[in-house]
Amino acid sequence: MVDEKPHVTQALLYLDGVSVSFDGYRAIRGLSIYIEPGEMRAIIGPNGAGKTTMMDIITGKTRPDEGEVLFDAGKYDLTKLDETAIAELGIGRKFQKPTVFESHTVADNILLALKGPRTARASLFGWRNNVEREKIDEVLTTTGLLDHRDRPAGVISHGQKQWLEIGMLLAQDPAIMLVDEPVAGMTDAETEQTAALLKDINKSHSVIVVEHDMAFVRALDCKVTCLHEGSVLSEGSIDKVAGDDRVIEVYLGR
Amino acid sequence: MITKYIVSRLDGMGLIFLAVMAAVAVFVPLSNLLLPPTSVFYVPTYLMALIGKYLCYAILAVSLDLVWGYCGILSLGHGAFFALGGYAMGMYLMRQIGTRGVYANPILPDFMVFLNWKELPWFWYGFDMFPFALLMIFLVPGALAFVFGWLAFRSRVTGVYLSIITQAMTYALLLAFFRNDMGFGGNNGLTDFKDILGFNVQAQGTRATLFFLTALSLILSYLLARWMVTTSFGKIIVAIRDAESRTRFLGFRVEHFKLLVFTVSAAMAGLAGALYVPQVGIINPSEFSPANSIEAVIWVAVGGRGTLVGAAVGAILVNFLKTVFTSGFLAPYWLFLLGAIFVIVTLAVPKGIIGTLNGYYERWRGNDAEARWHRKSAEASNETEAGAKIHG
Repeated sequence: MVDEKPHVTQALLYLDGVSVSFDGYRAIRGLSIYIEPGEMRAIIGPNGAGKTTMMDIITGKTRPDEGEVLFDAGKYDLTKLDETAIAELGIGRKFQKPTVFESHTVADNILLALKGPRTARASLFGWRNNVEREKIDEVLTTTGLLDHRDRPAGVISHGQKQWLEIGMLLAQDPAIMLVDEPVAGMTDAETEQTAALLKDINKSHSVIVVEHDMAFVRALDCKVTCLHEGSVLSEGSIDKVAGDDRVIEVYLGR
Repeated sequence: MITKYIVSRLDGMGLIFLAVMAAVAVFVPLSNLLLPPTSVFYVPTYLMALIGKYLCYAILAVSLDLVWGYCGILSLGHGAFFALGGYAMGMYLMRQIGTRGVYANPILPDFMVFLNWKELPWFWYGFDMFPFALLMIFLVPGALAFVFGWLAFRSRVTGVYLSIITQAMTYALLLAFFRNDMGFGGNNGLTDFKDILGFNVQAQGTRATLFFLTALSLILSYLLARWMVTTSFGKIIVAIRDAESRTRFLGFRVEHFKLLVFTVSAAMAGLAGALYVPQVGIINPSEFSPANSIEAVIWVAVGGRGTLVGAAVGAILVNFLKTVFTSGFLAPYWLFLLGAIFVIVTLAVPKGIIGTLNGYYERWRGNDAEARWHRKSAEASNETEAGAKIHG
C-alpha cells in the first residue's frame, strides 16, 4: 500500500483526501497536506476553514470519514490510534484556548509534560519523582517563565499561559508540534518574542502553526498553506499566498 | 529512614492528624481496659464502640476523597464497596458461629436452615478461613470497582453521568441483597456473631483490639493515600481532574490512572466496612442504600475535598453531630440539619473545614507562593524606581 505512493515515505505527516462531516456539515473536504521532517508550516484561513478540525484529526480527537492520515514516513496510520497513543508517537499539541493545569504550579506543569515513561507505575515509583530542578528550569528559562515557577498556573497572565503551554510542548519533546493560535490575545512585543521562540524550537522540531495574525505569519518566514471550506486554497511562500486573488477574495469577502 | 521518608511526605495537618490518631489508638483501648469506671479518663465500652464506628467512616471518607478530591470522580456509590467489605467479614463471622446457632447446624448459617437449604452455596466456600475472608475484604470491592471502572472509564463516562451510574450500582446491589435467594440473609442481613479468630466479639478485650486495629487502619489508609497523592501519580490525577483531555494529549493513559485510583479506593472502603461489622454486630442491605453513599460525600465536602485529613475530620464531626441529634427530641430534624450543613459549607466554606484552615495557615506562615511572588515583584519594582530616581 505504501509502495503505491512513493512520496509517502518522505513526509513526516501525510494527509491525503481527508474528509469529515459533523451532522451533515462537511468541515473538511478532500484535504491533502504533506509536512516534511524539520519543516515549519503556517496554516491560515478564515473562520470555519477547518484549521482546528484538521488539528483534531491529526491528534486523534476526531476520526475522519475518509482519507489517509499517516505519520513518520507512512509508518503509522493515525486514524487507527487514540489521543494518548498519538501523543506517545511524538505529536504534541497546543490548544487554541490555553489549557494548562491551573491548580498545579508552573514548574509542575512542565514536570508532567517532560518526556519519559507515562505509565501509572512509573508515576508512582519512577523517575518523574526525582527530576532535577535544572531540567525544568531550562524549559522555563527558554519560555521566560522562570520567575513564575512556583506560582499556580491558574494565576499567570493569558500570554504567559500561552508560553507555558509552548514550554510543555518543549518538555514533551515531540517530533512535531501542532500549535493552535499561539499569539491570540498577546501584545505586539509578546507576538514578536513568540515568533522568535517558535523559530528557535523549529531548529530541532517540526512545527505546524495555525494563526490569524498575518504579521506573525510573516515573521515566521516559512511555507504557508491557506485553507478554505475544508480544503487547500493556496500554498507557497507568504508573498505568493497573500498575493493570490482567491485568498484575498475569501478574506475580504466577495 | 522510613520514618524520615514518611515525615517528608506529610504537611503540618497530616502530622497533627497522625499524632492525634496514634494517641487515640493507644489511649482509648487502654483506658477502657485498665482504668476503673470511676476514673475521669475512663472510656466506657459503648463510647469506644461509637468512636470505632466513626473511625470506620473516616476510612471510607479518606477513600472517597482519594477519588473525588484528587481525581474528580464523584462516586455516589462508595457505600457499596464499604458494604461488600462488610459482607465479606460478616460471612466469616457467620461461619464461625457453627453449632451455636439456633438450629445448631455446623455448616449452614441459621437463615439458610430457615430457608430449608441443604447445601452451602459455592460463594460461601472458604469464608470459614480468616485469611481467605481477609483477602475477599479487599478483593471483592476491588474487583467490582475494577470491572465497573474499566467499562465506565474506557467509554469515557465522566462527571454527573458517572455519578449517576455509581448511584445505580449501589441501588442495584441494595435490591439484590434484599432478596432471600441471593444467599446473604436477605432483609435481615448477617448478625448474631459469636467469635472472631476464636475471641468472643462481645468481650471487652476483643472490642478494644478491634478499636485499636481500626485506628491503625485509618492511619495506614491515610499514609497510603497521602503517598499516592504526593508522588507524580498524585499530580497526574489532579491534572486529570482539572483538564482530562489535556492530560490525554500529553500522552497519559487517563483511564489507567482512574482505574488504579478507583480500585485502590474501593479496596480501602471494603476494609472500612470489614472493621465496621464486628463492632456494630450486624450487616444488612441498608448499608447499600444510596443515602449512605451521599452522606459520605457530605462528610468529605464538610471536612474539605482534596485534603485527606479533612475527609476523616468531616466524617467524625458529621457523625458525632448525627449521634447527638438523632437521640432525644431533636431526632426528627437531623436530615434538615444535615442538608443545612451541606448548603452552608458549600456556600460559606467551599474548601471545607480543613481546606480553609490550611489556607489560613499558609497565609500566616507567609508560605503562600502567590504572596511570596507578589512580595518579590514589589521589591523588584521598588528597586527599579529607586534606581530611576538615582539616575534621574
